[in-house]
Amino acid sequence: MNVVVFVLILALLALVVAIVGAPLRRRAHGAAPADEGLESPLEADLAAARDAKYQEIRDAEMDYRTGKLSLEDYEAVDAGLRAEAIEILDRIERAEGGGGPGPEA
Amino acid sequence: MTPARKRTVRLVVALSAAVVLATALIYTSFSAASPALSPSQLVRQAQPGRSYQVTGTVAPGSVHRAGEVLNFSVEDRAGGTKIPLSYTGTVPDPFQEGREVIVTVQRQGSAFVGERNSLITKCPSKYKTAPAGENQNS
Amino acid sequence: MASLGFACLLLALAVCVYGIGASIYGVRSGRVEFSESGRRAVYALAAILTVAFAVLEIAFLRNDFGFNTVADTSSRTTPGFYRAAAVWSSQEGSLLLWAWLLSMWSSLALFLTRRRMRDVAAYATAVLLGFGGFFVALMVFYANPFATTRPAPAEGAGLDPLLRFPTMMIHPPMLYSGYTLCTIPFAFGIGALLARRVDAEWIKAIRRFAFAAWLFLGVGILLGARWSYSELGWGGYWGWDAVENASLMPWLTGTAFLHSLMIQEKRGMLKVWNVSLVLATGTLAVMGTFLVRSGVLNSIHAFGGATLGVPFVVLIGVLIAGSIYLVVSRRDMLRSEHRLDSLLSREAMFIANNLVLVGLCFVIFWGTYFPLISEALTGQEASVGPPWFDRYTVPLALVLVLLSGIGPVIAWRRATLANARRNFLMPVCTALIALVVLLVAGIGDKPLALAMFCCAAFVFGSVAQEFVRGTRVRRAIAGESPPRALLSLVRRNRRRYGGYIVHVGMAVLFIGVAASSSFQHASELSLSPGQSTRVGAYTVRYVRPTASLTPAYDRAHTGSTLALGAEVDVSRHGRHVATLQPSEGYYASQDPSQGSVGSLIGGQPVSHVSMDAGVTRDVWSAIAPNIEAPVLQRIIKAGNADLTGEDTLVALGYLARAYLKSPPPAQFHFIVSPLVMWIWVGGLIVFGGGLIAVWPAPSTVRRRVGARAGARRDRALARA
Repeated sequence: MNVVVFVLILALLALVVAIVGAPLRRRAHGAAPADEGLESPLEADLAAARDAKYQEIRDAEMDYRTGKLSLEDYEAVDAGLRAEAIEILDRIERAEGGGGPGPEA
Repeated sequence: MTPARKRTVRLVVALSAAVVLATALIYTSFSAASPALSPSQLVRQAQPGRSYQVTGTVAPGSVHRAGEVLNFSVEDRAGGTKIPLSYTGTVPDPFQEGREVIVTVQRQGSAFVGERNSLITKCPSKYKTAPAGENQNS
Repeated sequence: MASLGFACLLLALAVCVYGIGASIYGVRSGRVEFSESGRRAVYALAAILTVAFAVLEIAFLRNDFGFNTVADTSSRTTPGFYRAAAVWSSQEGSLLLWAWLLSMWSSLALFLTRRRMRDVAAYATAVLLGFGGFFVALMVFYANPFATTRPAPAEGAGLDPLLRFPTMMIHPPMLYSGYTLCTIPFAFGIGALLARRVDAEWIKAIRRFAFAAWLFLGVGILLGARWSYSELGWGGYWGWDAVENASLMPWLTGTAFLHSLMIQEKRGMLKVWNVSLVLATGTLAVMGTFLVRSGVLNSIHAFGGATLGVPFVVLIGVLIAGSIYLVVSRRDMLRSEHRLDSLLSREAMFIANNLVLVGLCFVIFWGTYFPLISEALTGQEASVGPPWFDRYTVPLALVLVLLSGIGPVIAWRRATLANARRNFLMPVCTALIALVVLLVAGIGDKPLALAMFCCAAFVFGSVAQEFVRGTRVRRAIAGESPPRALLSLVRRNRRRYGGYIVHVGMAVLFIGVAASSSFQHASELSLSPGQSTRVGAYTVRYVRPTASLTPAYDRAHTGSTLALGAEVDVSRHGRHVATLQPSEGYYASQDPSQGSVGSLIGGQPVSHVSMDAGVTRDVWSAIAPNIEAPVLQRIIKAGNADLTGEDTLVALGYLARAYLKSPPPAQFHFIVSPLVMWIWVGGLIVFGGGLIAVWPAPSTVRRRVGARAGARRDRALARA
């Protein structure tokens, strides 16, 4: 194993330590925890649930317009979906009501 | 019927159907399978009319082609029993004396006849011949 | 340089161990900087393995035969492209490729989720590093790609000629990408179970990974089938071989998962099922890798030493046991939020689709592992052949295609029965028309193929109706012209219409499969020059022999020393159909006992297939020239006796000339397969549709709005 290879290995080792150790060093120097300012898992989950619910509402409308649902059935399904959407929005407001308005991801 | 009852019924029906199908599958696999034997086992156990998969090496000096029929002998990996057989169908590129082969045969009288296009040749010994090879099961 | 490579492996192993520890400690103690450090360990692993891979690649390109793998699989005469790709033709190299691809895809996945799902991602990191560490450990302890022999031999063994096809060299990276991508949803599934967060956010993230795995694995499988068909000498694209099956199984469960995921998203149902599917897909992918690497099942791909078998079995055992334990212990969290509203709903169709797909997977699993099962149960190893597989997979495939035609017609949640009945009219008519036309055309004697054609027609009718109606809706809303309406329809409903396109593609693919398996003409012919014979409606005539020497005439650049073949004319009812030029390439061997000239052509012979691909049929031919003919053997013997070194190449010229002057009769394998091209076309449609379905929609407007204001507006919308 010659000198060049040895130096390369050391360089690689140094690079790895730098990459892997950066967050630890930052924290040690008193920086804020890395996940501050990000939305909480609950908020993120509710946002995803809300988006999915909107997609469902759109899908139901598409189903009705392409003739798969009768007007009666559509109105029933649509009402149910919107009620579920409002429930999710309520939960989002409750979750945000505690802290400041977290930015959306 | 209450919705809950309906759901239970559905579940039971679905599960029963699955069990029945699985049983049919498992049963037929045992009867449709060809046992994998070495040449020495084949000589001892083969019954006429049943298919067997024989695994072994192509015996050196045993390969002759007569028109569309390829005649060769398969012997145990460790040497010993040699079984001559006649085979029609596609012959994979790696086929050579000394190579490991798998071929499905049937006993006809005292001779063994290979099933059409059932000859598989294993890639030679070590890994170096990577995901290649030919499967002759048409 | 080999020591640099090996040092990289050791460093990689250390990084994996550290990363696992840091991630788990980070998530359990809440000290986020450690989870962060663990994630960066994956990035570091990718960097290290890239260096290691580069070292090996450079060794191949520079012909450094001191490396054992280079000496085993490459040579000075191996063409450049194949030398570069030969890296993964060996056991050791392919392990490195697997580990490298895993680290790259994992880095990407973890980078994309770096701001979300903290705890889930941390556990996922640990799992992925566990896989990485396993493969690196295999290389360090069992199969070292950087093992050297000094002094280096002057020449290598050369790449097996069977691999010297471009498709064949791209197939492993594609397939390995598919396999490694399957481990990412697996890792996130384990992570979600451990973090107790199997929720909407998890669905959103995992769908993308599952789709990527599905796409790459599917392309890898299709490429393998295409290679087998167009370049191997047996003219088939699928043989139910163990390794083919091994790659298909995770693809089937992955497809099922992509569908059932939507049900969990909408109704909060099937959580246990979904998690099990995602864990099964990852486990099946590892089992597939294991099958290919070990000789445990009789298959042409049965290579790899027994030494690798034990670690893999242990890993698979851990995966299965761990998965079952996690799902059972978290089952309270996985309870369904709702129940199925109605059997006449798209959700129910998806469940049926899932059952069929899992059923297919079970059939294939049983048949593939049957030799091991039967040996364990009866002491006698036995195997089942393609007829057994066909017997069960064909009906299941029929049901699958049928379902994909029914699905579009049914609404989500619950469909109105009267409407559904009306909507089925068109598709059923399409199927009936197809049935009548095909019966009149005389295909009634092949009922299974006929059924498949009709089911496919049903799908076409159903999907076409959907597109027409959807376009009409768009026009009513926005007043656009039909083409623009169609485009904006698809753009606004990507998942729905992309999915329809995927189903159309699958129907096309199955049409190709049904036609080419039920209506194929195949024969073995023995022909002398000038002789012709009939195969079904076709007349095949051996026009003249062909011979070529490398390198000047080796169009495929495969490095064969001598290629002997024939020109064959194919005609039908007197009209010329195609001219084929199959040949057999003879390669050099390293065996001195064959003589100086004999060893020039004594290596692995490879069939160069000639094919005329057409829209309605493929005409395919392979040749096995009689190299044992006395006229040729005489020249070889004379050359062995008199010639050495460079002079031996002269003998090849004599061989070629002798073959052209008095060609012995040759064996031909001749196949006419209808509609094969549509298998590949169907596959392309499937993947195109998949891309459309998963392409992110431009719904980022909401992101820029403040949270509170957005929520207020949302309520207004919801109430409207």
